[in-house]
Amino acid sequence: MKKYWIHISFSALLLCVLPLASQTTGNSAPQAAGVKNQASKASAQTPDGNQVFLQNCARCHTVPETFSPRISGTVIRHMRVRAGLSAQDEKALLRFLNP
Amino acid sequence: MSAVCICPGVHAQNTPLFSGGVGFFTDTNGGNTKYSPSISPVLAAPIGEHLLIESRATAVEVFSPKGDGQGYGHFHFVGPAFAQADYVINSHITAVGGYFLTPFGTYNERLTPFWISPLADAPLIYGIGTMGSGSGLGGMLRGSAISTPRFSMNYAAYLSSGSTNFRFGSSRSTGGQLNAYFPNAQLEIGASYGRLLETTQTNSIGTHVWWTPVSIPLKIRSEYAHGPHSQGYWVESDYRLSQFKGENSLIGRLEPIFRIQQTFRNSPSSSDGLPSVDTQRVDFGMDYHLPHEVRINTSYARSFASTGDVNIWETALIYRFLFPAWRGK
Repeated sequence: MKKYWIHISFSALLLCVLPLASQTTGNSAPQAAGVKNQASKASAQTPDGNQVFLQNCARCHTVPETFSPRISGTVIRHMRVRAGLSAQDEKALLRFLNP
Repeated sequence: MSAVCICPGVHAQNTPLFSGGVGFFTDTNGGNTKYSPSISPVLAAPIGEHLLIESRATAVEVFSPKGDGQGYGHFHFVGPAFAQADYVINSHITAVGGYFLTPFGTYNERLTPFWISPLADAPLIYGIGTMGSGSGLGGMLRGSAISTPRFSMNYAAYLSSGSTNFRFGSSRSTGGQLNAYFPNAQLEIGASYGRLLETTQTNSIGTHVWWTPVSIPLKIRSEYAHGPHSQGYWVESDYRLSQFKGENSLIGRLEPIFRIQQTFRNSPSSSDGLPSVDTQRVDFGMDYHLPHEVRINTSYARSFASTGDVNIWETALIYRFLFPAWRGK
């Protein structure tokens, strides 16, 4: 019985990894729904901001649909401590959220 | 609060914020169903350009069946997970003081908020290295040691005093963590160490690997930990189906999750929180991300142990909130 379950488990793991075989070149990683528009506006100024956001924030949690720009600095300072952001990453993220 | 300039040419609004989640959880374990409404608010308040005060607490009411089959009983718990002050000393060092989450492994600091974790239950090895309560009372230094476009490394080192306070419980302990991250591969490898400094002094070590493939919304997380009386590992993957017509489509809101874990008991211990016998467990989850920050989590798990195999069914309805602490102009 246990072996049966272990087979099921590894099959499920395989199913999760299968999409890797059909990778596309475009970056379709989850993006901040609420900051998507900001991202497109900001991309010309801060090419790294979106990347920093995806690598340091969206890696652990889904992105808030939207949040007030009045708290963007607070969010980033919290993330700096929690995610161990460098000063450069913090600045890039700040520009990304405040285009 | 007025805008504060953090970097040249960029103005951030540093209004204090309230965040967190509200959830209703059901858990059917071996035929017994528990119901747990919970709220977990987070407060973050910057003061000046270097200081941040932040706190998270949890209030939960648990309704569970009485042993004699006479309906349900209930109990509640209210307590802080952390209440700390963070002072950014320079670009590499942040000093943390107060009641903080123990930096061991990845689950405690990153995935304990229920609006973040894709599965309701903590991994079985959660008790290794987190020093009992999962929090420490004392000081910590942390920050980014190296950061380049191809490689970054961050660290945390803490010293905690022992506290028997019911709400701010902690063990006298020390430890730390070192994480290396490779942005091009989106691969993180880390190691953790913890030493309990109570009457009995014991060591715990752990390592973790997280990988987020660049071009698909798949996340793979894994962790191994070895404590004085037990050891174990977990591997978890979740795949948001956003490649099917986008993340806001009917199917794109789905997120299947799978986790496998094993624990091995080396010697009896009543305090490390791990199962008393060697245990294997598999979890199959399916989360659905509704609009307006609402999420439905469902999962089925099967646990195998010499004491008996059990099925665990869990569901949760979770709302996540995030707003400024007061109205602006």
